[in-house]
This record gives sequence, structure tokens and C-alpha cells, in this order.
Amino acid sequence: MSLLELVKINKNFGGVQALDDVSLTINKGEIYGLIGPNGAGKTTLFNVITGVYLPNNGGISFDQQSIVGRKPYQVALAGIARTFQNIRLFQNMTVMENVMVGMHANTSTGSFGAIFSTKSARHEEKMIREQSAKWLSYVGILTEANNLARNLSYGDQRRLEIARALATKPKLLALDEPAAGMNATETEELKLLIQRIRNDGISILLIEHDVKLIMNLCDRVAVLDFGQKIAEDVPQRVRTDPKVIQAYIGGELP
Amino acid sequence: MDIFAQQVLNGLVLGSVYALVALGYTMVYGILGLINFAHGEVVMIGAMIALAVVSALLSVFPEMSPFLMIALAGTAAILVCMSLAFFIERLAYRPLRNAPRLAPLITAIGISILLQNIAMIIWGRKYKTVPQIFPTETFELFGANITSVQIFIITVSALLMAGLLVIVHFTKLGRAMRATSESQRVAGLMGINVNKIISVTFMIGAGLAAVAGILIAGNYSVAHYSMGFMLGLKAFTAAVLGGIGNLGGAVLGGLLLGLIESIGAGYIGDLTGGFLGSHYQDVFAFVVLIVVLVFRPTGIMGERVSERA
Amino acid sequence: MKYFMQDLWRRFTGNRRALFFGYVLLFVALALLPFLLSNTVGRTWVRILDFALIYAMLALGLNIVVGFAGLLDLGYIAFYAVGAYTWALLASPQFDLHLPFWAILPIGAGMAALFGVLLGAPTLRLRGDYLAIVTLGFGEIIRIFLNNLDHPVNVTNGPIGINKIDPISIGGADLTKTHELLGIVFSGVHIYYYVLLILLFLTIVICVRLEKSRIGRAWLAIREDELAAQAMGINTRNVKLLAFALGAMFGGVAGGLFASLQGFVSPESFGLLESIMVLCMVVLGGMGHVYGVLLGALLLTVLPEILRSTASPIQRTLFGEVYIDPEALRMLLFGLALILVMLVRPTGLWPAPKRRTVIDQDIVED
Repeated sequence: MSLLELVKINKNFGGVQALDDVSLTINKGEIYGLIGPNGAGKTTLFNVITGVYLPNNGGISFDQQSIVGRKPYQVALAGIARTFQNIRLFQNMTVMENVMVGMHANTSTGSFGAIFSTKSARHEEKMIREQSAKWLSYVGILTEANNLARNLSYGDQRRLEIARALATKPKLLALDEPAAGMNATETEELKLLIQRIRNDGISILLIEHDVKLIMNLCDRVAVLDFGQKIAEDVPQRVRTDPKVIQAYIGGELP
Repeated sequence: MDIFAQQVLNGLVLGSVYALVALGYTMVYGILGLINFAHGEVVMIGAMIALAVVSALLSVFPEMSPFLMIALAGTAAILVCMSLAFFIERLAYRPLRNAPRLAPLITAIGISILLQNIAMIIWGRKYKTVPQIFPTETFELFGANITSVQIFIITVSALLMAGLLVIVHFTKLGRAMRATSESQRVAGLMGINVNKIISVTFMIGAGLAAVAGILIAGNYSVAHYSMGFMLGLKAFTAAVLGGIGNLGGAVLGGLLLGLIESIGAGYIGDLTGGFLGSHYQDVFAFVVLIVVLVFRPTGIMGERVSERA
Repeated sequence: MKYFMQDLWRRFTGNRRALFFGYVLLFVALALLPFLLSNTVGRTWVRILDFALIYAMLALGLNIVVGFAGLLDLGYIAFYAVGAYTWALLASPQFDLHLPFWAILPIGAGMAALFGVLLGAPTLRLRGDYLAIVTLGFGEIIRIFLNNLDHPVNVTNGPIGINKIDPISIGGADLTKTHELLGIVFSGVHIYYYVLLILLFLTIVICVRLEKSRIGRAWLAIREDELAAQAMGINTRNVKLLAFALGAMFGGVAGGLFASLQGFVSPESFGLLESIMVLCMVVLGGMGHVYGVLLGALLLTVLPEILRSTASPIQRTLFGEVYIDPEALRMLLFGLALILVMLVRPTGLWPAPKRRTVIDQDIVED
């Protein structure tokens, strides 16, 4: 059963074809990996999916609905949550508040409720706090709740970004190089976390440079090169695909 | 006399002064990302110093050549303004380089208030009349009247702008300035003395501001302690209109703003059937600014900064 | 020392009884303040205090836009002007309208909010300093219109302004006149002080509640990182417009109160310098921190007045005569103060403390 379906996506920047007829399908409950050499168009594709860029043409449907042309916040409301390659937390807010912002999408208190502190507003606020604390303990950083986000260690910042994304209650969680800059232990913990998220029913799109992580974790992997999808299959077969090896010559494919 | 041609001419004269001041704003913004609110006050100080020097010279050497007189006054004004800018940057901006974004804006406002009131204490509250040291001659050009002062203004501004462009694009100093505005950190790693470049940038801007002050005082024949504020605001508007941080944009924005104000003021009454009078001159400038920014959020020549994710 | 004070503060606020006692003390002090002032330094100072309260309200409104949502607004005084003129036009001989205050106050607030949205909408795509210059332009445009709308149809009376504006009156009692209640004589400025104090208190409550709400968090998120805020499903356009509207609303209410207290409005009270002054209150006090902003507003209204009343006498005692124009000296010292405070405390006099979120113990143990 497909969750996200991209059909012939094209995107060019002033004559440079960043994405060239890319089609792919992510199924429900799947961990889907996206790899490719530097400049292959991974992050561009990611930004097209999340509504940051508008594709020049092509279709995107999520949960049987077209989401082409939707703004980033509408994409988030539709059920795609994301993290950022270069961590983008709300630096001067506490760890807890970061996750509470993530609850924005599924809550409804407006300025009226806030000003008059209505019963439903107070009730919702309590729920937001409880849920946020749950997400923090889910990724294992509840003890940091009252620290400012910018004071967290690098690995914990990555975790917080994931917790914040999970708080939006996504159907698909899109992770942009979550293991970048992590050491082996941290990467291993991340792998376990991602598996746990999938087991809790959330599909995952994973962009990663760490090919080993991708091969260990993903159900299916797509390979981008010069804006084109050159392979899409289970990890074992992608690994031996001559086209992929060609693209990665001198690269780090194990 | 052709009214339209006359308004265009007046607009160009006003616009070239705006452009000179706008260059100072845009250079500082390009390097520090700071709105140097005190820049308009530097213009005023320049005008006041020059006026003081000219008045002194007139009373001591009434026979002195007007060219020598203006050269001396200009030199004095430029030197004073440059040292002023050096100290402003050193004392009020440099300590705040890593502070929250609005902190230097507030010190800039503080400097502006400070300078205005010092000027008021020294030179008083009254408008000061600028003595006519040059015989004013009027020429006719394309059906418009142009005075020798106006010719002087346009010539000097054009020369200074050209000079600045040469410095920025063809000298070692200019290259260091451009590198610093790209990234202070990397420029520092390449062995550029970033602090020195920032000081120099402030001083060049102040030199241009001093000249602009003299020119505008000469054009209207008056100087006043508060003359810098509105002028600075207009020049900043011009810099934003052109795309702040961009030198060509500042010149374009300045000229454009001068033309808009001049032509707008001349025709707004006719355009609105007498409903809006020439009091709405300033509205015109701001409306154009707003419309331009709504359609081009980074100004006419500004780079399109797309958010990277 | 610093830690000692913090510790003391925490112990004090942690103790409910001490806290309650503190509030009672504060309440009594605030209630007695105008009498203390009028009996020591004169009734003018109660009037200055009234203006300080109005400015505090104004600064708290701007704090929503600049401090919470991070949108640099240099034309905020325009909303103050809208509120003041709304009041002036609806309750003065200008159009011979004399609406009661409870009708004008919401109309003024609504008008200002409307202007907030109208001016905010076209600027949503702009960033930082571009936004600053556009809002500055809007502020100037509104002032210029107020200055010139005396012809061809006379609406605002142009530069002369509107005079004889009705004061707030309750049950036919004019609040700017002297009244006696329970044997105590309250002059107009005293009564206004209490009215303004209550409204300011409401403003503070609203600001604090907003900040701690879902909406407030969305504002802070936009301030911190707009794209990341969008990725959280926040409709940044609407949330920013809400900040503009609510901020403007407080400005409008403050403007109306200003008009009714002063009895007179003219365009020159609404210049760029006033916008800048309000911004200084916000930044100097501690941007984004309600109590800091409050402190900034009170300091920046009262301090220049103290300088005004001492600039001449001090010179006279020191030098025997007045050498320096007292007005210039006052502003000079003011400018100097702005610079020094920022150099010493770049985040403001009383910046926002690190916020703590209470976490229920049972969740932690899960």
C-alpha cells in the first residue's frame, strides 16, 4: 500500500537540472532510504516533497491526495514531518518547548482561549505538556527538558529534532542525514530509535551519507545520481547494481 | 521653461546626494548587517563643520579664492567626519558585534540623538544660512534651468561614486572589503585584518557623507542641526529600494528616489485632481518603496536569497 | 552576589505566604503612590506617571510584535495614532460625536487591529531590516495623512490637531475632574492613574498568558527559525498577522487613553522618534520579557522627565547660570544612557529568564 508517490518530478535551478523525471513510491510501514553522491539532488528532492521548493512539473501524492503546490506548513499538517540536515532547532527555547511547538499542528487553542484561559485551553495545555514529555522520554532526553535547546550535545540535538517532528503526529517521518557527525555508538542508538519509530507505525524516508546505516536499516533503497534515479531495490541488490557502483567509483560503497 | 525637464533635473540633483549618503549605509550594511542610524547625523556634522570653516575663512581672509575655501572646508569636514565615524564604530558598534541584533541598532539611535544634541548645543537651534561664495550662474539645458551649484553637485557626486566603484572593484583594499562582507570569519582566516577593513569602510562612508552634507547645504543654502535625520532616512530608503548591500543599487535607488520625489511632488496635485497636494511628497517615496519591496522583497538589485533547508 | 540574589528570589517566590504578602505590599504601594508623589514632588509627577503607564501599555504591545514574533516594526506609533484619532473623532466637537468610552475603546482597539492586519499583510514576505524600513514608511504615511487630511474635506484638522476631546466619564462623572470618595479627594490625574493601572494590569496578564500559550510558542518559534516553524505545521502567515493585529490593538487602546487624558491630539505626537522611543523601551528593558519591557517603559518615560526638571537647577547651583540648553542636555544624556546600557547589558536591563516547564512527576517516572 503506497503512502507517498512521486511521479516524474522535475526541478531545475536556472538551467541546472537538479531533478530529472524522478519517480518513486514509499509504502506504508517502510523504511525507505535515499542515497547518492554529493550534489545528486537528494536534498532538493527532500525539499520538493516537503513543499519548500515547487517542482517544475510532476506529481506528488500523499495518502491518496495530491500535495503538489502545498506550502511547507500544509505538508506538515498533511502528515509529513521532517528534520533538517543542518539542525534547525528553536535555539533559545527550552527542549520541552521545542517539542510543545511540534504539538501545534494537532491542537487548536487560539488567542481567545489563551487570553481568557478557558477550561478547554487549560485542558489542552496540560495535554500538550504531557504528550511532549512523553516524546522526550521516547527519544531519551527527558532529563534535558528544561535546558535551552542550544545547550544540548550534538547527538541530543538530533534526537530533539526527531522528538519535535514526532510530536506533529506524522504518517511519514523524513530524516535528512540524521547520522551526520555522529560517532559509532550514537549512530547505533539512532538506528535503534528509527527502527522503534517504524515499529510504532510511522513510515520513514531516510537520506543518508552513511551507506552502511542505510544498508542495515532500510527495506528499500533508491539511488540518485545527477538528478536521476538510477536504482531502486532492496539493499542487497542495490549494492551489487553496476550502475550504482559506477556512480560511486572512488566512493564509499562497502 | 519645461516643467517636466526641470523636475527631472531637480530630482537628479537631489538623487545624487541621496546616492552618496545611501552608499555609506549600504557599505556598512553589506559588511556588518547593521543599519547605521547615526549616518545621517554624520552628514549634518559634515555640513556644519564646512560651514564653520567657510564662515571663519570669510571673516579672516575675505579675499580668498572660493575654490580654495571650499577645498579647505571640504577637507576639514571629511577629516572630522572620518574620525567621528572611526570612534563611533570603535566605541558603540564593535563591542556589540556578537550581541543580539537589535542592541547595535539601539546604540546607533543613541549616537544619533547624542550627535544631534551636541550639534544643537554648539551651533544653536536656528537655521544657519550658507554664504554664497560662488557667483550663481544659471544655464539652460533641455528646457530646464540649471545653476552652477547644481552642476557642481552632480559632477562631484558622479566623480566620487566612480572613485568608490574603482576602489571597491579594482584595488586590494576593495577586494578585502568584498571578502569581509562575504564572510568575516573566512576573510580573517585569509589574513585580512577584518577590524581594520570595517573601520576603513565606516570612514569611507563618512567621507562621502561629509561631502553630501556640504552639497545639500549648498543646494538649499541652509544648514540645521536636525537636517541629517530625514536625509539619512531617505538615503536609507534609497539603499533598501536599490537592494541593500549592493553599491550599484544604492546609486540607482538614490537617483530613483530623488526623481520620484521631485516628479511626484510636481504632479501629484494634477494626478489626484487636487485632492492630494505636494505635502504628500514623502508619501510618494514610501509608497514606491513599499510597492517595490512587496514585489521584489530584496530590492531592485538585491540578490534573491532563497531559504536553504 | 548575583547567585545570592537569585537564590533569595527563588526562595521568596517558592514560599506561597511570602509571595502573597509581597503582592499585598505591592498593591498597597501602587495604590498609595500617587498620593505620595503629589504630596512630595507635586501633582505633575502623577501626570507623568499616567503617561508612563500609557507608554508601558504601548511598549507591551510592541513587545508582542518585536519581542515575541521577532518582527522589527519601526512604525508602531501609527497604531497609537489610529487609536488616539479614533477616540478624538468619536468623542469631540470635531464631528460633534460624543460616544461613551465603553463604546469607543473597543472601536479604537478594532480599528488599530484592522490597520495592523492591513499594514502587516503586504510585509509578510519581508525579512528583518526590509520589514523595518517598510513599517517605518507606513508609520510616516499615516502621520503625513493625519497632517494633511484637513482639506479638501476636513477630517483630522491637519497640523492643528483636535481639541476638547471628551474624557472618560462614568455615570456622568468626568474622570479628569476632582472627585471625593469616602472623604478622600481624588484629582483627575489620580483617577486616571487607577484606571490606567487596572488596564495595564490586564495588559500584563494578557501578555503573559499569550506568551505561555500555543500561540505564544508559535511566535517564538517563528522568531527563532521561520522555516522550522513551518515544518511544525504552523501557518506562519496567519500567526504573524495575529501578532501584528494584537500588538496594534494594545497600541490602539493606549492611543485612545492618551487622547482622552490629554484632551488634545495632533500629528506631532506620532512621529518616527516616538516609534523609536517605544522600540528603545522594549529593547532596553529586555526584549521578549514582559516585566523587562515594563521596566524599560517606566524608566524611559520617567528618566527624561527627571532630567528635564533637574537640567537647569543643577547647572545653576554648579555654575551659577544655565550654560547649556536644558532640553539639549536632557536628550544628550538620554542618548548617552541608551549607548551605555546597551554596551553593558546587550540583552537589556532585565532579559527573559530561562523558562522552565513544569513536568508532572508521574510522567517522568514512566
